[in-house]
This record gives sequence, C-alpha cells and structure tokens, in this order.
Amino acid sequence: MQAIALAGKREKRMTSKISRRAFLKGSFTAAGSVAVSGSVARAAASLAAEEKAPLVTVIDISRCIGCEECVYACRESNAAKYPDPQKPFPKMIPKRVPIEDWSDKRDVTDRLTPYNWLFIQQAKALVNGQEQELTIPRRCMHCENPPCVKLCPWGAAKQEPNGLSRIDADICLGGSKCKAVCPWDVPQRQTGVGLYLDILPSLAGNGVMYKCDRCYQRLEKGHIPACIEACPEDVQTIGPRSEMIAQAHALAREMEGFIYGEKENGGTHTLYVSPVPFDQLIFEQGKGKPSMGRVEDRMADGNNLARAMLIAPIAGAVAAFGKFYKRVKEDG
Amino acid sequence: MSLVYKTRQIVYGFTLFFIALSGFAQMPIFKRYYIADIPGLGWLDQFYVTHVLHYVFATFFIGFGIYVGMDFVLNKKNISGLTASGVVKIAVIVGLMVSGGLMVAKNLPGIYFSHTLIYVMNISHLGLCMALLMASAYTLVRRKAWIK
Repeated sequence: MQAIALAGKREKRMTSKISRRAFLKGSFTAAGSVAVSGSVARAAASLAAEEKAPLVTVIDISRCIGCEECVYACRESNAAKYPDPQKPFPKMIPKRVPIEDWSDKRDVTDRLTPYNWLFIQQAKALVNGQEQELTIPRRCMHCENPPCVKLCPWGAAKQEPNGLSRIDADICLGGSKCKAVCPWDVPQRQTGVGLYLDILPSLAGNGVMYKCDRCYQRLEKGHIPACIEACPEDVQTIGPRSEMIAQAHALAREMEGFIYGEKENGGTHTLYVSPVPFDQLIFEQGKGKPSMGRVEDRMADGNNLARAMLIAPIAGAVAAFGKFYKRVKEDG
Repeated sequence: MSLVYKTRQIVYGFTLFFIALSGFAQMPIFKRYYIADIPGLGWLDQFYVTHVLHYVFATFFIGFGIYVGMDFVLNKKNISGLTASGVVKIAVIVGLMVSGGLMVAKNLPGIYFSHTLIYVMNISHLGLCMALLMASAYTLVRRKAWIK
C-alpha cells in the first residue's frame, strides 16, 4: 500500500519535472529512472520490517543531475531540528575558542552547515583525455562503527540498530570532537544553542553539532528519508545491507564503475557507485566539503586493543597464582 | 614499608596518572586551554592517540589490579585487613573497571546500547574517576595506607 502510494507520488512529481530533467540529461535517463523507481518503492515497503537491521543507501552518481531537490527536501524535513541560537553569544574563554554562527547564513547550500546537512558536491575527472563533470550528494556516511558516536565523551551521539547515527541536540555541548574524529569532518557546529548555556557557557562547550540523522523520524514511521523520496532521478535507493551491497556491485559491474563507502573507515552505510575511479575525481576544496579519499578504519587500533584487554585479567590471575605456587613450593 | 609494597605504589601511581590524563584527553579541553600547545604535550590533542593510550593503560591497570587483588586473597587476607580509605578506593576502581569495560564493549562494531545507558556510562565513568582522584589525593596527603 505504502509502496504504491510512494510510486504514485513519485510518478506525479516526475511528470511535473520532466522538462527540466530532459533539459538536463535527456530522455534516456528519464526512462531509466522509471525502471529504478520500482526498486526504490520496494525498498521503502521493506523498511518497517527491516527497521532493526542495518539499512544501507546506494547512491548512483551517474544518475545525479545536481538539481538539489534532495537538498531542499532535507531542509524541509529537518527544519524543526535546526538551531535557533540566542544572541549575543556568551564571551568565550579563552579567546581562541571560535564562535561559529550560521544563523545568518541559513540559505547556504553549497557546503555542509548546521542548517544544511546535505549538499551537492561538484567533481571533475579526466577519463581517456575527456573531462567529465559529476554531481554528488554528500552527507554523513553513517559509518558501521561511527567514531562520532563511539568517541563522544559526553554520550551525546548514538547509533541505532538500523545503522543511522545521530547527535542529540539536547545533550551535545558542541566540543566538536565528533568533527575532529570524523574522517569526512561532517558534523557542523552552531554556537549559542544547547546545554552548555546552562552549565558554564564561557568555560566549557560551544554550542551543538549538527549532521544528517537520516530522517530518523521518517524511518520510525516506515518512510524513506526525504532526500531519497524527493529525488526525481532515483539516485538513491535504501534497503537491507546485504541487498544493497549486492545492488551496488551489480550496478558497478553494469557501468564498469567503482564503489566508495563499502570499505572506507571499516565500512559505512552509504555506498557511492561512480563510473569514474574515486581517486581520479577532482573535488572543489574547502571547509564543509568532504573529500572522497581512501580512509582506513580509524577505530581499528582501539578495537584490536579491546580484544587484547580480555587477556589482562587472565594474565593478572596467572601471575598471582604463579607467585602463590612458587611460595608454597618454597615453603615445602 | 617493604620494597614490594613501594614498587606497587609507584607502578599504581604511574598508571593512575597516565590513565587519568589520557582519559581527560577524551574531552576536547587540552587544546582549548593551551595545554596541548606545550612542547611535548601535543599528543594530548590527538584523540585517536589518547584513545589508544587510554586502552593500553586500562589493560595494564586491569591486569595489575587483578594480580594485586588475587595476591592479597591468596595470602589468606580478607577485607578486614584493608583500611577504610583502601576499601573506598577499591570499590571506586571496580566501578571504573565495570563502566570502562562497558564503554569498551560499546565501542566495538555492531554493539548498540541505549542512549540512556551510554549517557549513564559516560557520566558515571567520569564521576568515578573524579572520586578516585580525590580519594587518592586525600590518602596521599593524610598518608593513609591501603592495608592496616
């Protein structure tokens, strides 16, 4: 029922946007999107049943036309979560602590900000001597083992069994550690809002960190995230991990393309499929504009040590028994 | 005071200092307050470095704690042989090991704890650490031993 409604809604929207799309990419892409919309709708229908299992999104870069429908859908869906800072901001001690205020730049859409959790990144690549331009929806990758969640010293971030990671704006102090440990510097800070104002506003904390939470409020109701639903090209699909990995590989084989996000940082819940090797993409650089470079598993060292930690009590006990045995033997 | 006791005190003090330092470094405070700017202390601002160091010292601390505790028991001593401050510190250390162990488990991939539990673990681990440091400062100043 829901899948049918979704398909109908999509068909209606596609009709209204067909001229724009045709202008941008041609009728071939439009025909392809109709074929894919069926799989998106099926994935949406399966969300309720799979809500406890990790969900993965596949982003087919070759389909993205950079229309920013996803960006505006994200903003609409999450507007109620955006910060409303109190001004003037508390005087920060020491002075090196930066004031980060995006409240007067809420319309910025060309990078990640506390008011823009998804943006379209431009990239160029030279393929066989020809320059290709790609547009890529960028947001939180929702890592399988997210450092932002695991290393938050305040417990302000959490990961849910469906794989999404999110920051609780009521608890976050805005220390920006999550951004420092994120391989893609995704979380963005807004000063002048949040719990720190009620504790030691000048001495500790600096606002709240914001990032994509995968429209958790929609997932809870069995709906797909707003960016996926709004896309006229069906760039993104979402579904259970095993299915999406198989889909990403099938898509990569079909276009002789490449996958990003499956192995990066130990694996993520976002898989980009591109016709161009990711290491050949030339990105616009700057703050709030993540790269797509190779990322080792940043939590690997800690997790290997965690396993070694299990040996510590045994080693301590063996040493104590050894000492005891030696003493008993010496005492005869 | 025996050489063994003195050695244990030094090892315990050294471990406690670095485990607390690397633990506090999990909060983004050392850069903010210029401490990481001091030559030789730049690593305090490297979260992955301090994370691994905290695990290394925690591993040693657990092993050392189990060794000393079992050695105490195998010497046929019981809790009545401990001073009041010693009992308090041991209780706090056990609490730190339990809350820390849960936090280590939480950091493994595929482990999902409720947000409330994560928050409680973080706050209790920090609170217990502060309690241990205060108790340790008190026993150091008042020259209170662990055992009678």
